[in-house]
Amino acid sequence: MLGEGIIKGMAETARNFLGSYTDPARLVTVEFPEEKVPAKENARSFPFLIFDGDDAAKGLRCVACQICEKECPPKCIYITKSKDKKPDYVGKSQFYPAVFDIDISVCMSCQICVEVCPFEAIKMDTEFELSNTDRFGGLLFDKQKLAKPNEHYHKIHPTEAAEVDGRLGAEKAKLEAKAKADAEAKVKAAAAAAIPKPAPDSSAPAVVK
Amino acid sequence: METITEHPEPKYEILPKTSTNGEAAGNLLEVAMGPHHPSTHGVFRMDVVLDGEKVVKLKPVFGYLHRNHEKIAENTTYLGSMPYTDRLDYLCSMTNNWAYALSVEKLAGLQPPERAEYIRVITAELTRLVNHTCLVGFLLQDMGALGTPLMYAFREREWILDLFEALSGSRMMCNYMRFGGCRVDLPAGWIEQAKKAVDSYSGFLDEFEKFLTENEILVARTQGVGVLSSELAINASITGPMLRASGVNYDIRKVDKYGIYERFDFRVPLGDHGDVYDRYMIRLLEMRESVKILNQALRDIPAGPIIDPKAKIRGFRPKAGEAYGRIEGPKGELGFYLISDGSPNPYRYRVRPPSLINLTVLEDMCLGQDVADAVIILGSVDIVLGEVDR
Ligand code: SF4
Ligand code: SF4
Repeated sequence: MLGEGIIKGMAETARNFLGSYTDPARLVTVEFPEEKVPAKENARSFPFLIFDGDDAAKGLRCVACQICEKECPPKCIYITKSKDKKPDYVGKSQFYPAVFDIDISVCMSCQICVEVCPFEAIKMDTEFELSNTDRFGGLLFDKQKLAKPNEHYHKIHPTEAAEVDGRLGAEKAKLEAKAKADAEAKVKAAAAAAIPKPAPDSSAPAVVK
Repeated sequence: METITEHPEPKYEILPKTSTNGEAAGNLLEVAMGPHHPSTHGVFRMDVVLDGEKVVKLKPVFGYLHRNHEKIAENTTYLGSMPYTDRLDYLCSMTNNWAYALSVEKLAGLQPPERAEYIRVITAELTRLVNHTCLVGFLLQDMGALGTPLMYAFREREWILDLFEALSGSRMMCNYMRFGGCRVDLPAGWIEQAKKAVDSYSGFLDEFEKFLTENEILVARTQGVGVLSSELAINASITGPMLRASGVNYDIRKVDKYGIYERFDFRVPLGDHGDVYDRYMIRLLEMRESVKILNQALRDIPAGPIIDPKAKIRGFRPKAGEAYGRIEGPKGELGFYLISDGSPNPYRYRVRPPSLINLTVLEDMCLGQDVADAVIILGSVDIVLGEVDR
């Protein structure tokens, strides 16, 4: 019969329409600004810089190695290395970024900077309501604006942050153990040096001047 | 297979010689459809010459969205181009990632581990579902079924985009695959969620077919419209569902067996007439086959590492050489041709975009048809301008 297909389709539409009144599972949208879907754990918007402790200026993990600046595909990171050094999160003396800017109007949220950073210093945020009336200054994030505490990272990506912290903790413990072993070795060496007639170190390569 | 080298003559020929340059002569009318025409799915223009309602000449004009993708890729590192591939065909970022990763893996001799291969198949087939769902929704919208089928299609697509977001952090610009594997492992509970989404998909397809496939208006509008012969399809290098709708059995998943596709049991649906209806049906049938593959892959996925231990994130420099990797993307053969000179950037980077090449037969399909049919013929080609213009 002509028109049978059309009637069947209409019945399907009616079923969907009426269904949305009886079955909450059929309602698939939320009323956005009032109601929000919580961000997924892996969700990403724009990068931020992690700092440890309470002081953003002191605890920043970034050592201004500039790898992310080089690898960022649209080149939206701008870094100036500091002239002096200060201790980083494991206590090693390192450079720090004097300037660290990200132009988030150019950033494409690709996460490449996060992947290439060897110091776990830059991570992805989930904040997306960043609209601004100042399209030049307002979207150029500087060091102060980018710096967020490690707790924030734990809040938005708990699994990933726990893994990173575990790795960093292990690294730090290893470094400390090594420092301790070095110190002990030094003490031992000093003690050995105190004994007359120290054995010449045969394994050391001869230095040719 | 027999090939015919001669380009068949257009069937409809009433033009006086003076109007072949596109000028309106006599009762001919030249119309520029686009670049901001709702039916062109982006910024794309069809210059059509009409005789009454009939199309006598059609010239596709594109390039409005040109972003210099290939040149940018030659000036950035191998890894740096990965997020740009997401933006080629922005509905199918996972398959784009895979095609690019595949060619770089060929170049650098990397082998993704078992689990990564399964994840790739799963994400690629989910992408195929997303793409075909959108396509049938848009096609029906072009035919005048305003809104409703498209919204149903988008409702289903949403579940899959949620899965992509949970996995890669982004709904559309996934940037998920890496050379030699994948970026992150599946989050806890992902497989169960994916199984649920896939299980409900067959139900959705049944609903969708009940909704419109038998609809008399749809049948009248699509059957016998925009016929593409298998000879022309082969000669014009058409690939993907377009080619198979014309009855040519060619699916790179079967021909190349890239990844681990040979382990899955699925069939390749073929069309008979090569008209818009066949191209519509092929997509629906392919989605059913994708559901089949997904069920097998989600059942069999092993545990293990997700990236080749030889793969390097920083300082990646493949040795000099060239490679071409291709996959059966949702739109057709998507290939990346790379030449390396041993530096961190590719020396040459070339994309074989299925949308662009499938678009080349648009005129042949539209000649002699009504101008309203040109809209649905374009819709059935399945183009994304991000990929056509690059
Ligand atoms: S997310 Fe991508 S585009 Fe944005 S700063 Fe990082 S590397 Fe650059
Ligand atoms: S964020 Fe990481 S990669 Fe970028 S400069 Fe700082 S330490 Fe280096």
